Amino acid sequence: MSYKRKDLLGMIDLSKEEINYLLDTAQTFCEINERDVKKVPTLKGRTVINLFFEPSTRTRTSFEIAGKRLSADTVNFSASSSSTTKGETLIDTVQNMEAMSSDVFVVRHAYSGSVKFIAENTDVPVINAGDGLNEHPTQALLDLLTIRQNKGDIKGLEIAIVGDITHSRVARSDIWAMKKLGANVRLFGPPTMLPKHIAPFDCQICKTMEEAVEGADVVMMLRIQRERQGKLLLPSTREYARFFGLTNEKLNFAKKDAIVMHPGPINRGVELMTNIADCNRAVILPQVSNGVAVRMAALYLLGLSKKGGNNEDAS
Amino acid sequence: MSSKELMNSDEMARTLNRIVFQILENVKDAKEICLVGIRRGGAHLADRLGEIFKSEGYNNIQVGYLDITLYRDDLTTIAEYPLLQGTELDFDVRGRHIVLVDDVIYTGRTTRAAMDALIDLGRPKKISMAVLIDRGHRELPVQPDFIGKVIPTSNDEIIEVALKEQAGNNSVTIQKKI
Repeated sequence: MSYKRKDLLGMIDLSKEEINYLLDTAQTFCEINERDVKKVPTLKGRTVINLFFEPSTRTRTSFEIAGKRLSADTVNFSASSSSTTKGETLIDTVQNMEAMSSDVFVVRHAYSGSVKFIAENTDVPVINAGDGLNEHPTQALLDLLTIRQNKGDIKGLEIAIVGDITHSRVARSDIWAMKKLGANVRLFGPPTMLPKHIAPFDCQICKTMEEAVEGADVVMMLRIQRERQGKLLLPSTREYARFFGLTNEKLNFAKKDAIVMHPGPINRGVELMTNIADCNRAVILPQVSNGVAVRMAALYLLGLSKKGGNNEDAS
Repeated sequence: MSSKELMNSDEMARTLNRIVFQILENVKDAKEICLVGIRRGGAHLADRLGEIFKSEGYNNIQVGYLDITLYRDDLTTIAEYPLLQGTELDFDVRGRHIVLVDDVIYTGRTTRAAMDALIDLGRPKKISMAVLIDRGHRELPVQPDFIGKVIPTSNDEIIEVALKEQAGNNSVTIQKKI
């Protein structure tokens, strides 16, 4: 098995085997992040450009660290201080970056599908770091890696995803990937934040928090994506916290060894009570650590463009 | 295509035994050495050398495994990515005498990569190298300290080391490249 695609755009495209291959590769990178000298020479002389047309701290830093630990030169680019504000088109910006002999683009953009559009218009491998409401594949991979480390196999697990499903690209990527690996996914959230057409997701839609959490192995909480909501979708934050926030009482419905996940940034007291965010069942910070390993794996598999013929395996 | 056996299971066992005694001859204190096998073949051989040390009464020889894929100098030209198997070293290499173990030494590039990988983990006091087969054709100035068998080869031949952990039987064979 191998990963032969030029880009990493979304979990919906990937096969179960490709996902497992990415996860196996990522697992081996975890060890490097625990060393004294956290660096291997694999991408020496390669340039990774982080094209972030939308604000980000965690993902951008994570990709930057991942690139640096593989010895790549990472360059950050944010839209607010770029020529896009002077009227340059997206593809022109990308082609300019390509003209500087870049080896990988890591792209985040507020519009769904824009990263795919970029990937189709450049020869450089593109990693999707989040496009609008569509997908955030490296987040799904780090979620799966964290679940695998805690629960072993993904197959047959009961996973509850609670919160703003409609506006969450994390939920979308997670759902595609988890279904492919054989988990049962349940969704719960305010009706205004649940997708209108649920058939493609093939998930169980729950009516109450208790129904969603009962017997779950994994409870994943999501943030309300206010920046992506067109209009007001809930009466008040306090009401949301009361009905959709995770408290100790609600978590008691889950399995005794259930883990609590959150893609961050967390809103304490809204979707996640502080005592839960800090309890030993929460794996929110291990998720972040795994994020670096997952992104190292993605950069490693996409970042070495193959030149020349087949060299034999020298011993 | 003909393939010729150069070493059978018994011969391999004797050779590994001899390597252990050569290592013991060459170090003042066996306690200071650690065996580090280069994945995949070298990792199994390191385990076996560790067992022989144990049967000779040296119970505390630590064994680790190195995945040198990320340190290869030909990653951009090989056709398919090898699956990463990860480095497993449960001990600190700083100040230790590391004996690298591999099945075959050929161009020396793997050894170079292994030394880089090892040094990234800390500063060993000394690095030595033990190999089962030396087939010549070095492209870098590296020379193993402990050699099981020297086999003169040409570049169009393949040396195949089968180990029971992977292949089910122990043997070393040589054949012409197709």
